[in-house]
Amino acid sequence: MAELGLQENEFKNPVVHWIDARLPVFTAMHKEYRQFPTPKNFNYFWNFGALATVNLAIMIITGIFLAMNYNPSTAGAFDSVERIMRDVNWGWMIRYLHVVGASLFFVTVYVHIFRGLYYGSYKKPREMIWMLGVVLLLLLMATAFMGYVLPWGQMSFWGATVITNLFGAIPVVGHGIVTWLWGGFAVANPTLNRFFSLHYLLPFIIVGFLVLHIMALHTVGSNNPLGIDVKGPQDTLPFHPYYTVKDSVGVCVYLIVFAILVFFIPHQPLLMDPNNSIQANPLQTPSDIVPEWYFLPFYAILRSVPNKLGGVVLLFGSIFVLFFLPWLDTSPVRSCRFRPIMRWLWVLFVIDVFVLGYVGANRPVGIFILLGRIATVWYYIHMLIFLPLVGKLERPLPLPESISKSVLGGGALPSAAAARPMEKA
Amino acid sequence: MASSSEAATANSEGHAAEGAERRDFLKMVTLATAAVGVCAVAWPFIDSMNPAKDTIAAGSPIDVDLSQVAPGQQIVVLWREKPILLVNRPAEALKTLQSSAMINRLRDPDSRVLQQPPYADNWHRSVKPEWAVLVGICTHLGCLPQYFPNPSANTPVADWPGGYLCPCHGSKYDLAGRVWQGVPAPFNLPVPPYNFLDARTVRIGENPPNVTYSLNDIVQI
Ligand code: HEM
Ligand code: FES
Repeated sequence: MAELGLQENEFKNPVVHWIDARLPVFTAMHKEYRQFPTPKNFNYFWNFGALATVNLAIMIITGIFLAMNYNPSTAGAFDSVERIMRDVNWGWMIRYLHVVGASLFFVTVYVHIFRGLYYGSYKKPREMIWMLGVVLLLLLMATAFMGYVLPWGQMSFWGATVITNLFGAIPVVGHGIVTWLWGGFAVANPTLNRFFSLHYLLPFIIVGFLVLHIMALHTVGSNNPLGIDVKGPQDTLPFHPYYTVKDSVGVCVYLIVFAILVFFIPHQPLLMDPNNSIQANPLQTPSDIVPEWYFLPFYAILRSVPNKLGGVVLLFGSIFVLFFLPWLDTSPVRSCRFRPIMRWLWVLFVIDVFVLGYVGANRPVGIFILLGRIATVWYYIHMLIFLPLVGKLERPLPLPESISKSVLGGGALPSAAAARPMEKA
Repeated sequence: MASSSEAATANSEGHAAEGAERRDFLKMVTLATAAVGVCAVAWPFIDSMNPAKDTIAAGSPIDVDLSQVAPGQQIVVLWREKPILLVNRPAEALKTLQSSAMINRLRDPDSRVLQQPPYADNWHRSVKPEWAVLVGICTHLGCLPQYFPNPSANTPVADWPGGYLCPCHGSKYDLAGRVWQGVPAPFNLPVPPYNFLDARTVRIGENPPNVTYSLNDIVQI
């Protein structure tokens, strides 16, 4: 058995047994991905974390192969991407996978985030999971932004110019920071080179933070649609095979959607702006500079403030406020299923973000200015006023006694719920 | 014997107390040294991202011949990878710049914010009233404002007095690069250092004699 400090394990396969005794990776996988006790009552919204992980793998693999043919210089970048499209075997497919993958990545991550908002997954004890998630979102945005610069089309160039100039709004040091980011006096060859270097690096940093995100999750356990705590083994199932199978169903559907986009409509303007098929020209601004769809709500916030510093502060604030969500929301009830007011405010908040996205896609004239301002104000009111206040004022519905009772049709037990002060506001 | 063992105990205790203090001190010195070292090593890497010497050298002054630029015409040249706008402003345009209708629309009509060299700190923001020399980069987020020199009832927007309109977020400037009120751009368009070598040749990137001014001095490029 345990000899010379070898790790005991029960694997029958002699090779696995030998390895695990020296490097217990199989034990770890067994514990975290087979046995891991997972609430019984997940719905399909719990697929999106796994989908995002699959997406990350697709991005890294397709990216590595693109990089083999990509030329990171202002003279060669655009042509090398055209060469990938026309001359490199399967280059068109690898690039479309990477392009469509970037958009779908944001779809999965945004659904994942709104899921967390609805079911209160950011609340104690999951604050750390949530904050690591916000870090992942910021890293993803930085990666996507820099990747979009690489093909060196018109939108690449002008998007990079607008976004790097955001830092110029910082008082005193802003000018120096922008020059430092550019490595010159404008977005140019040094900028493209460093963006390529960082675009290659950041996905691997994302992998690192993803590991931390999962470690935090496996420390405190998953939330669930009822938002109540797991009270014992009767409330959970082993992760494998129950949730490996449920996640696989989601992955299949998701890959079908992925394939339809890649093979039938990769040039849908939401996936690929036609302006980016024109080579970058520092002497001509396209008549409308529009970022990728996944940045539109933030772009709308930026534009709705007629003051440069103010716009930049509200833009970054709209993401950084997410870090404080676990403390801004004062309700002890997690799931909006039992929060009669917050569930409707959540619906309005989702609509609000879509309105911001719609405004961001249109020129800032006429009605869009007003709409953008209202939606921006609503975004902040939701975060800074509704979440703290409604948690105090709202009378939540009675919570079910346990996950298993609710799954097996036991229903809510109002008296039991009333007796639990922790779960009753 | 007894006394020597007592002494030994006292001694070792004394050592322990003194040792703990020494250890804390050494720890702090080590940490501080390491921190200074990390910063010292980090700096070359951070600074390597600043403009390289050849990038800076490529920004030396350039000469532009203006003899072919007709009244009302604008030409654009690149200096330090920035578009420099050179406009031959006709007399009507100069009149508009001075009209109170125009001035009332502007955020900083008197060029109080340092966005120009002292020799362009005047109502026409230039050395010679007819020649505008501007950095054509919107002070909002860096797009290129488009040149709409002629007054118009509807192009590019209603009641247009002539000037620049930024396509990105709608900032407006007059023909001296002065920014309007109520638009996202905060400041007037920058004026680069320049001087006239003769009546028809302008050198961009070099001040007239005895003036020191560079685009690093201005509030916002
Ligand atoms: C977090 C994952 C990633 C995201 C969200 C992402 C996003 C993007 C985006 C939006 C583009 C522009 C696509 C276009 O319009 O052509 C791009 C291009 C590119 N990416 Fe990525 N990327 C990721 C990972 C990677 C990795 C890991 C590599 C390399 C190892 C890579 C290499 C490239 C290359 C070479 C290009 C330029 C070729 C092209 O434009 O198609 N990417 N990326
Ligand atoms: S960059 Fe010109 S208005 Fe924003």
